[in-house]
Amino acid sequence: MGFQPVKFYQTGTFTVGNRLLTPDERSLQSDKGRSNSINSGHRACQGCGEALGARYAIDAAVAGSHGQLIAANATGCLEVFSTPYPESSWQLPWIHSLFGNAAAVATGIAAAMKVKGKTSVRVVAQGGDGGTTDIGFGCLSGMFERNDDVLYICYDNQGYMNTGVQRSSATPPAARTATTMTVGKEPGNVFGQGKNVPEIAMAHGIPYVATATVADLRDLEYKVRKAMTVHGARYIHIFVPCPLGWGTASNDTIRMARLAKESGTFPVFEAEYGEVTGVLKIRHQIPVEDYLRPQKRFAHLFGEHPHPETIARLQLLADRNIRKYGLLNGHAAAADEANEHLRELRISEGGN
Amino acid sequence: MFHIRVHGRGGQGVVTAAEMLSVAAFEEGRHAQAFPSFGSERTGAPVVAFCRISDKEIRSREPVIEPDAVIIQDATLLHQIDIFAGLKPEGFVLLNSQRSLQELGLADLLKGRRPERFCTLPATELGLKHIGRPIPNVPLIAGFAALSGTIRLESVILAINEKFKGKVAKGNIAAAEEAYLLVGQMIQEAAKC
Amino acid sequence: MLKQIEGSKAVAEAIGLCRPEVICAYPISPQTHIVEALGEMVKSGELTPCEFINVESEFAAMSVAIGASAAGARAYTATASQGLLFMAEAVYNASGLGLPIVMTVANRAIGAPINIWNDHSDSLSQRDSGWMQLFAETNQEAVDLHIQAFRLAEELSMPIMVCMDGFILTHAFERVDIPSQQQVDAYLPPFEPRQVLDPAEPVSIGAMVGPEAFMEVRYLAHAKQMQALELIPQLAAEFKERFNRDSGGLVRTYCIEDAETVIIAMGSVLGTIKDTVDEMRAEGHKIGVLGIISYRPFPLEQVRRALLSCRRFLVLEKSLAVGMGGIVATDVRMAVTGAGLKGYTAIAGLGGRPILKSSLHALFRRAQAEALPPVTFLDLDWDVVNKQLARERTTRRSGPVAENILYDKGIVSAKFG
Repeated sequence: MGFQPVKFYQTGTFTVGNRLLTPDERSLQSDKGRSNSINSGHRACQGCGEALGARYAIDAAVAGSHGQLIAANATGCLEVFSTPYPESSWQLPWIHSLFGNAAAVATGIAAAMKVKGKTSVRVVAQGGDGGTTDIGFGCLSGMFERNDDVLYICYDNQGYMNTGVQRSSATPPAARTATTMTVGKEPGNVFGQGKNVPEIAMAHGIPYVATATVADLRDLEYKVRKAMTVHGARYIHIFVPCPLGWGTASNDTIRMARLAKESGTFPVFEAEYGEVTGVLKIRHQIPVEDYLRPQKRFAHLFGEHPHPETIARLQLLADRNIRKYGLLNGHAAAADEANEHLRELRISEGGN
Repeated sequence: MFHIRVHGRGGQGVVTAAEMLSVAAFEEGRHAQAFPSFGSERTGAPVVAFCRISDKEIRSREPVIEPDAVIIQDATLLHQIDIFAGLKPEGFVLLNSQRSLQELGLADLLKGRRPERFCTLPATELGLKHIGRPIPNVPLIAGFAALSGTIRLESVILAINEKFKGKVAKGNIAAAEEAYLLVGQMIQEAAKC
Repeated sequence: MLKQIEGSKAVAEAIGLCRPEVICAYPISPQTHIVEALGEMVKSGELTPCEFINVESEFAAMSVAIGASAAGARAYTATASQGLLFMAEAVYNASGLGLPIVMTVANRAIGAPINIWNDHSDSLSQRDSGWMQLFAETNQEAVDLHIQAFRLAEELSMPIMVCMDGFILTHAFERVDIPSQQQVDAYLPPFEPRQVLDPAEPVSIGAMVGPEAFMEVRYLAHAKQMQALELIPQLAAEFKERFNRDSGGLVRTYCIEDAETVIIAMGSVLGTIKDTVDEMRAEGHKIGVLGIISYRPFPLEQVRRALLSCRRFLVLEKSLAVGMGGIVATDVRMAVTGAGLKGYTAIAGLGGRPILKSSLHALFRRAQAEALPPVTFLDLDWDVVNKQLARERTTRRSGPVAENILYDKGIVSAKFG
């Protein structure tokens, strides 16, 4: 019998499997001893990115706090599908108060722990993009400014999904939602300024900010574990595709997250005290179009009446991310190149 | 019950004056209530504060409509506000000014009233002299004590010591003592007329 | 210990004695002196262990209190007017979750037009939120009610508002007896939560409840307030035993035994009313006073009992149900349904309009003579009102109402009282 060559795809991502790794390289999710903080039986959609992200993140946070974790949850998909009365998925102490106050509730819990001398008990606040970038923005900023000892995790599926897929300030340009329909001169969501909450978190100078996706499990776990070694205000922004809201196949969730990262649409990085300290490089760059095509929310950009100019604008935004965060290997941020791209961007937006 | 109304401008310590009057009365074992008539807080705007003194519990919360005494911390209010509105026939008036009532053109006010119950006092100057700040409230309170006999100078001094410390307290006490003396002298003069 | 002290400062001292663990507040007139004093007490180490958090809005204030209380800490906050409205969603959330938060409301009018002075519209706007609401008549009572409030809230696991008239009480200097730490400790034991976020015994708090169970959950909140109707007098009685004064309870009557006319009110105006009633009694009028201290739960039985032997009553309230009439009056009427009493409502003191004894004299006499319309606005300037109505009849672009009225009224600073 001859040698059979085994091709390992995506080398460097450990997707070849935990069994071939040393124990300390294995993911927490592969460990039978993980806390399983969000237990099975919850009512999330098939392929829900947020359920996946929450499971990875909270198990990591529980491990990082040695089982001493309290969670405050904003109203949204995660809260609704995890606590269908009278059941609860949560295996840790958990409170849901309102849509816009998860950060403030967490502040209160942290204060209670402090005053009672329970220094080993840690606090996590979590919410979707709606509860974080829009209605919860004031409380989030307040928590950052006070440097309260809270890790805030935002599960970003780019819209108000639980209420029927409406547009939030995290919805990308051109995307179809129930409040940005594909009609009129500019179908789908408008090209606004965007709201880069990770950067806003960095502007508050807090100890740790990171972005992550559900396509890079170990990276996500590492970032949550790292955040748990730090005290003070921390923010992790996780990209979680929503099959229902995005019109993607329910088995494509992880792939969609990977495409978002590999196209430069969603930059994955870490920052401390306002400065970027690390970046997850794009392994094999793909055009933004390849990321958009599988999503029905962008279907109007293709088909009978395509909008190549819109796709080009989205490509420019991705290029800007790549340049800004240095997402490609060997890619240096050249000032001329930067200016050229910006000039193109302004020309394409000049029509508005 | 004795009703006092204090007029002045924001920043002159009108509210503090009423509060200290109430503390002085409290130190004598009496009931006292002091409260301001608030506008938006703004230096220079007209401010009114009230103080009631009684031997029984004070229940009423209405502004002082018929004062037994009016203390005016800023003479420029004379032509802006009906400062003496409701003043009882036997009422006391203490006005912060270097000039006399006649010089201020207020001689008419004295008609039908007891001249020894009306007095002017250079309270701002006393403040400057003893505390180094043109705040007239403490001299006026002490002057009021002398004018009306409603509270004792010792009680005013107790109130000063509760509110201020060290050099500031000392300065205020000196100002109070001189004000008390001055007013005492002036009413003796007035009684002779 | 007897002190001549500003109301806000007295309340802050009382709160301090109750050993709060988390204080979170956002400044708003006229509550500022309370939270400033507490902040200083915590910062100086005088009040410890306690976390004082400067939050970024009233919504955050109540939310932080929710988190702290759910995690087992004794939580306190304070607000007024606009601030109470801004936290309204969280107010309902706190009571819905059954968290024993204590909040001082320094009663202030709600705008527009913006107004910083006293009336009861803020607290009353939240009367159906599930929070208990007690109204203090004096600063002494404000001090005492806060101590009783922590005990009441924690025994029932329901939040409570202690309401005190903004400026009139908060900024008044008067004699207050501040209890000792031992006295308060003997009355108020440490907080024992009914539910708590604890990694050792995880629970999920705040689940969605559907049609199958929501009514039952809401009924239980109501049942708790029914329990409060029993507990409030008990705690007041215990308070009297330990602190040797009458403070709190559901209602307080004054000269009511043979009264033919009863005046009903809440808060500090009761003092002015009592002075007026004394003067009228001296002239032989059979008039009395019913003060409501516990507004929520509303003491229907006690109000009914107090009024049954009179001929007529007048509810004097610092609140207005726009489009309807009185708010407190409506609750009072419910209490005396079927008793055949003549009832009148007087809306007074809105936005801090002083309530004068002379006006009360006139009003009460008209009530006695049964010469009042069902709803009266005390001391309303009809000239100014009619001028504005005429303006609106003749011009479409009649301009902002408030500014027109101020213009007609003339320079405000020239007037006082």
